[in-house]
Amino acid sequence: MKSKVQTILLITIVLLLVILPLVFVSGDFSGADGKAEQAIVEIAPEYEPWFSLIGEIPGETESMLFALQAALGAGLIGYVIGLFKGRRDKYAVHD
Amino acid sequence: MRVRRYKFWGVAALVAGFTVYLLMNAPQTAYAMHIMEGFLPIGWAVFWWALFLPFFALGVRKIVQLTKEAPELKLMLGLAGAFTFVLSALKLPSVTGSSSHPTGTGFGAIVLGPLPMSVIASIVLVFQAFLLAHGGVTTLGANAFSMAVAGPFAGYAVYKLLMRLTDKEKLAIFSAAALANITTYLVTSFQLALAFPSAQGGMLASFLKFGSIFGVTQIPLAITEGLLTVLLWNWLKSYSPHELSLLRRGMKGARQS
Repeated sequence: MKSKVQTILLITIVLLLVILPLVFVSGDFSGADGKAEQAIVEIAPEYEPWFSLIGEIPGETESMLFALQAALGAGLIGYVIGLFKGRRDKYAVHD
Repeated sequence: MRVRRYKFWGVAALVAGFTVYLLMNAPQTAYAMHIMEGFLPIGWAVFWWALFLPFFALGVRKIVQLTKEAPELKLMLGLAGAFTFVLSALKLPSVTGSSSHPTGTGFGAIVLGPLPMSVIASIVLVFQAFLLAHGGVTTLGANAFSMAVAGPFAGYAVYKLLMRLTDKEKLAIFSAAALANITTYLVTSFQLALAFPSAQGGMLASFLKFGSIFGVTQIPLAITEGLLTVLLWNWLKSYSPHELSLLRRGMKGARQS
């Protein structure tokens, strides 16, 4: 029971940390790496990126790939935790 | 009962603190995530590749050794990789009005040690560099050094230190994950500052520029990462005490050899 309370508490704080900035801070929430480019251009205006493998991926495709990455990871986490839980339950019955 | 009440007020204070903090802080731009493709001069790109590769080789050796000693640990390796996969895909909004993402490397560093993470986290970076054009191939050495080497080592050190000093496991895990995250971005700023010293003030000025601004962005994300890591740890502990104790023994054996 105690661990359940703790789980809910942890998830609540995580959600607040994500939601509060969105509500209270007015910004465009663009990616920080794009802004790194700007900063470099500011410091060294003459610098030219000297290598590019793929170029720009369409925004929609990029968000799809990010979702895919998260989905793969979350799927595997679910699998492992489920496997552990199943094992534990099995041993518990036999004990 | 009393303990629970303290906890409630603790959380309430935290939330109130953050609200005030958010209201007082004007949005600023942040500067660091992974270093973009082509944005390190070739000399530095090669330098960081050279610095990273030995850790990668040691990491591969460590993973082979671990899985030979205890094949069951392959699941743990998968889990650590999956956690890094998920967390580094989450671009979270932060208090500065821009977004950045956690690294997820602290968890693996704690359960498996820092070396295997140098392999696991760089797999994630390769995925992002090739498929997402996020980070890059030329900057992979530098990005891997910050996220797959520096972060996990810092997290592991913090975990060991806190376990020795306080014996509070959850506090140690939270701090380790959060600091692995922060360290990754500090190293990124350092790398950028080395490559792009500013005309006035040189490298230090650049480091402060890259570092101070992103630091604020990263702090709430580091807290988020710490909490999520504790969450995963709690699950593991309740479902799989066997694997965790095996890991402790396995790591002890590996250290002696």
